[in-house]
Amino acid sequence: MSEIVIVGLNHRTAPVEVRERLAFPADTVGHALRGLRERDGISEGVILSTCNRVEVCVLSGEGYTGVERIKEFLAAYHGMPIGELSNHLYHHLGEEAVRHLFRVSSSLDSMVLGEPQILGQVKDAYGYACEFKSIGPVLDKFFTKAFSVAKRVRTETRVANSAVSVSYAAVELAKKILGDLSDKTVMLIGAGEMCELAARHLLSAGARGILVTNRTYERAVRLAEEFDGTAVRFEELSTHLKRADIILSSTGAPHFILKREDVEEVLRIRRNRPMFFIDMAVPRDIDPDANEIDNVYVYDIDDLNNVIETNLEERQREAARAEEIVISEVAGFRRWLDAQQVTPTIVSLRRKYDEVRQAEVAKALAALGTADPKTRKVIESLASSILNKVLHSPVASLKRETDGRSPMEMVTVVREIFELPEEESGEGTEAPERAPEQGGSVGSQ
Amino acid sequence: MHTVLLKVTALFYLVGALAYLHFIFTLNERSPKLGRMLLLIGVVLHGAGFVARYFVAGYTPITSLFESLTFFAFAIVAVFLAFELRYNLRVLGAFVAPLAFAFSVFAAFLPGEVRPLAPALNSYWLPVHVILLFFGNAVFAVAFGAAIMYLLMEKELKTKKMGAIFKRLPSLDVLDDINYRCLTIGFPLLTLGIITGSIWAEYAWGSYWSWDPKEVWSLITWLLYAALLHGRLTVGWRGRKAAILAIAGFCAVLFTFLGVNLLLPGLHTYTNLSG
Repeated sequence: MSEIVIVGLNHRTAPVEVRERLAFPADTVGHALRGLRERDGISEGVILSTCNRVEVCVLSGEGYTGVERIKEFLAAYHGMPIGELSNHLYHHLGEEAVRHLFRVSSSLDSMVLGEPQILGQVKDAYGYACEFKSIGPVLDKFFTKAFSVAKRVRTETRVANSAVSVSYAAVELAKKILGDLSDKTVMLIGAGEMCELAARHLLSAGARGILVTNRTYERAVRLAEEFDGTAVRFEELSTHLKRADIILSSTGAPHFILKREDVEEVLRIRRNRPMFFIDMAVPRDIDPDANEIDNVYVYDIDDLNNVIETNLEERQREAARAEEIVISEVAGFRRWLDAQQVTPTIVSLRRKYDEVRQAEVAKALAALGTADPKTRKVIESLASSILNKVLHSPVASLKRETDGRSPMEMVTVVREIFELPEEESGEGTEAPERAPEQGGSVGSQ
Repeated sequence: MHTVLLKVTALFYLVGALAYLHFIFTLNERSPKLGRMLLLIGVVLHGAGFVARYFVAGYTPITSLFESLTFFAFAIVAVFLAFELRYNLRVLGAFVAPLAFAFSVFAAFLPGEVRPLAPALNSYWLPVHVILLFFGNAVFAVAFGAAIMYLLMEKELKTKKMGAIFKRLPSLDVLDDINYRCLTIGFPLLTLGIITGSIWAEYAWGSYWSWDPKEVWSLITWLLYAALLHGRLTVGWRGRKAAILAIAGFCAVLFTFLGVNLLLPGLHTYTNLSG
């Protein structure tokens, strides 16, 4: 019998120096997947490699063989001693592996909870595995299921709904205040990394254009070029301010550069069209009292941080709900996995005793010599009805949803008691090869 | 039959409103679809009820308090559905559909039999006058819903405490735009409604304007919306101020419609609780 195994490392278990050494760049994944598949006891494999995690997922023999095989593979492929590597690696087997991939795809295991990229990266990993034919029916079903779990988490919880970085929070607020950004102009006062990032996000969210001003005009010109915007002299700030709907400010000025009266004046000229001030300067550039003016919204860096904090708290609350979805989906997938083992067991059980039945019937008929058709029929039906009655309860217990005991244990027990041959377990799935059995059932054979 | 039809729509509006409210609490995507479906069925049945009643009564059935209330509910739902189609604003339903339900359930508890028409009402001006006004009022009802949404949203953005409302409501810009659209549609309807009423009054009572309470309150309502429209167009009133005026305007609409009928007797008293 085979098992899903995941071995990997992530931002919590390995520093970036280790992660970068173990990464699989996109152009080498094909080669790596081939190497992985050629290893003994690994029948299916997928490699996920992002900047925060490297994970190898395989279908292999039961127990820790799969774990060891993956570790050997990683050590050999990256030329790193296995002992050094092991310090950073975690592994998940069976149900834990299922839960792990579901959590990873749903972004519940990400550095930034709910960040949206990871699902695409898992999909890429699956794509490579399909392209290089390292995936088989079990992992195929497994990954496809992981995508649908991630989608469910995304639509049924709000784990990814709200902005958790300053610049995204600024975009989110701008949209809630100003609606469609495509006819809105951004103004950047001063230069600051955070402001520039926010400006970039606002532009990619559709903002129409950008005005840039700076105490040193040359810097404004340079930055304006970078943003494909217009540079404005700092002395002319007040005349151009009326054109701006979103104002990002981070100058080193010791006092407010815009007082409440200034804002009131601009708003009058703008006929009250709303203005959104994002003040990232410390000390602040914009009089916070301006927030009291109708249609003016002034957010300083603390306000934005508070927004983010609330959003993070919400994500954490939602993550608890997401975990419940994952748990129920894991149970569902386990039933499917078990069925993959149960069906072949039933088939081989039936096959084995059918052969016995046929042999015994043939023996009896031979002993009787010339039997008339009626006797022949009675003997045949006697044999098959005994067989059916005897096999009824083991088959029923295999199919039953056992409480307390997993169907897998049942499969092992039935295989032991009836001494079923191991290779028959491949029935029902098309996995090209199977790992040699390492479990307890070996001893009974 | 038509009376039952007119009354039973209250149920559709109730369940429709509940579906929209369910959406606002749970953000379940299916709820607003269900709500829209129920309101649509309700409004179609409602329209059929009016047509049937028109043929039975032989006049436009918007004369008694029952008929007026149920027609108002009909107009609100019809206007809301049109706005929802235009703006795809599912949360608006949670604020407007309950209004439609309130009016239709109020109507459902009133006697609904067809009565002989008062002689003064027997005129071609009747349908023109009341249909213009009720549709105008329905548009103002939508503006009222959007205005409440605006104030809720603005409060969160000003106090910087983003809660459930922030996530669920559309942007201030869209809400203010609805306020303006409603004004540009509702105000002409209201104005034409008052003018046609005045012409009709000249035929029926021999005077264009007689300062009866209904007329006075219509004028107050008209002045409120005129002030808002003027402010918007000339000095750029918008946002919070416009929202507050839209709420005040709708309160005046309600008082003109119901308060005057129930509290202040006058020439327009064709509609009271007994009919």
